[in-house]
Amino acid sequence: MHKYERAGLQKDDLLYMYRTMLTARKIDERLWLLNRAGKIPFVISCQGHEAMQVGAGMALERGKDYLLPYYRDLAMVVHFGMTIEDIMMSNFAKEQDISSGGRQMPGHYGSKKLGIVTGSSPVTTQVVHAAGYALAGKMEGKDFVCLTSFGEGSSNQGDFHEAANFAGVHRLPVIFFCENNHYAISTPLDRQLSCVNVSDRAKGYGMHGETIDGNDPIAVYAAVKAAVERGRNGEGPSLIEAVSYRLTPHSSDDNESTYREADEVTEAKGRDSITTFAQYLKELGFFTDEDEQAMHDEIQAAIDEATDAAEAAKYASPESALLHVYDQ
Amino acid sequence: MMGTMNFLQAINLALKEEMHRDEKVFILGEDVGRRGGVFLATEGLYEEFGDRVLDTPLTESAIAGVGIGAAMYGMRPVAEMQFADFMLPAVNQIVSEAAKIRYRSNNDFHVPMTIRAPYGGGVHGALYHSQSLEAMFNSIPGLKVVIPSSPYDAKGLLKAAIRDEDPVLFFEHKRAYRLLKGDVPEDDYVIPIGKANVVREGDDVTVITYGLCTHFAQQAATALEKEDISTHVLDLRTVYPMDREAIVEAAKKTGKVLLVTDDNKEGSVLSEVAAIIAEECLFDLDSPVQRLAAPDVPAMPYASPLEKYYLVTKDKVESAIRDLAQF
Repeated sequence: MHKYERAGLQKDDLLYMYRTMLTARKIDERLWLLNRAGKIPFVISCQGHEAMQVGAGMALERGKDYLLPYYRDLAMVVHFGMTIEDIMMSNFAKEQDISSGGRQMPGHYGSKKLGIVTGSSPVTTQVVHAAGYALAGKMEGKDFVCLTSFGEGSSNQGDFHEAANFAGVHRLPVIFFCENNHYAISTPLDRQLSCVNVSDRAKGYGMHGETIDGNDPIAVYAAVKAAVERGRNGEGPSLIEAVSYRLTPHSSDDNESTYREADEVTEAKGRDSITTFAQYLKELGFFTDEDEQAMHDEIQAAIDEATDAAEAAKYASPESALLHVYDQ
Repeated sequence: MMGTMNFLQAINLALKEEMHRDEKVFILGEDVGRRGGVFLATEGLYEEFGDRVLDTPLTESAIAGVGIGAAMYGMRPVAEMQFADFMLPAVNQIVSEAAKIRYRSNNDFHVPMTIRAPYGGGVHGALYHSQSLEAMFNSIPGLKVVIPSSPYDAKGLLKAAIRDEDPVLFFEHKRAYRLLKGDVPEDDYVIPIGKANVVREGDDVTVITYGLCTHFAQQAATALEKEDISTHVLDLRTVYPMDREAIVEAAKKTGKVLLVTDDNKEGSVLSEVAAIIAEECLFDLDSPVQRLAAPDVPAMPYASPLEKYYLVTKDKVESAIRDLAQF
């Protein structure tokens, strides 16, 4: 039995998984080009996180469960229903940006209809909101779960600990999903944690904790799926730490040469899930070089179209800056 | 039906009525359940509503943040901060999140949450059980800041806050809890947020204030009747956003304005009231605008003589009105 079968996945799931990862990667690459061409002011990247984000997202039930993501979660929100055009509208800050109508920086995802809860820039605030959603669900007798994600650096914030403790005490169905990419901007893991794994912290809050390979979307799927089941069964929260590597600088305004060696990045690229998972699919006989090329071409065409549409779209009117401070 | 009750009982009644009216309303905070709150504001509610009155860990940021999440989902949380002084760890959640969620999501999400917090001194609470923190939240568009001045207002305003579609900080003067008594109808009424209230008509001096100081202003005004000084008193009720129109009208009424707060003077909410009057009423004024407030020291000291020195009292208000009347 293959690992994907043990996880309850089928061939179509794996192909969808890869397509979603690749879509996110290719959008991300386009955003850097647009930024360097001076067309969009800012990029914050998902590169290196695609496998863990799609694996985790697929373990949830869209339309029922809630996602409280952080700024790197492009692949996760694409899985949850944001279209390529939605992402482009947001990056061009146009009126049609479904997250904020062009009010927020890109990466601040939110859409009520998609079950993606609005986020901000001060890190880890959303983790507490996840406990709030989960508490509301428990009070209302619903069986949805909430997945909230954050980086390993954010696991030092008070709000992480307050939310984890709250969810632990009240046995709330929250999946604390840590995307450990080894760097909080420039600060490496050993300057962020004195424990070995972020998931070690689960014990302090009476919840299940585990660390998994974030480059393996199937392993992530299986771990999060089990956490979802625990949550639905009233067994409370889980802390799942997926470990990968940030393949780009922190943002388009960061200069990573000041704090890490190019060799280290090159080495991590050798473990890039976009490459390794394609290889895995080919070994299974699910995917050929031709299929891969066709998938690239198809996604690229969609990105081109969405880029043009977003560039041509209009901004919200300047005076609309005064709207929606309070209920009107 | 009308009953005489104190300020605290009015708060308790408002909570109880709203929990009966709307099953989405729930309470969370430290010691709010079995204990009924350290001031007993939630007394009896746990017995009546069970898990809808939730004892939380000691965790102010989570009390606010969990409330925000639940409110975005569609609940009507009423969070209690045990003392206003202890809500600073929750400020990121209140200012970065609650206040901005409607705006930043382009009206997709909103936060119908009330945060109640006892504030103010005069109960030997020293530095960290006496502060008035309203000024800190007084330039945060997206938030509403409500401070009732009587049992009647406490009930009507709290019910309005719970029904409001946006986050409301609801500051309750802890000395008012048992000091202020009055008639409170047993029926369902709400007092609109954002509207000030003329609590006393007068012709010589206008006092603009809020919270417990409204009570002192009324007492002072009554005492000054003997001296033929007629005092107009405007209770702001909502300190943010301010009722500009009512402030302008009250200032123009007498042309002599005394602003009173029990917060320290610099940068208090009165500074904004003074700015509004400066913008709108210059040619209607017969004297400089005066502020009566606590001294600009970090917070209220513990020892009785020092505490008394710090506090705004009826006598201090009376003397300030008299000075202004004679100007």
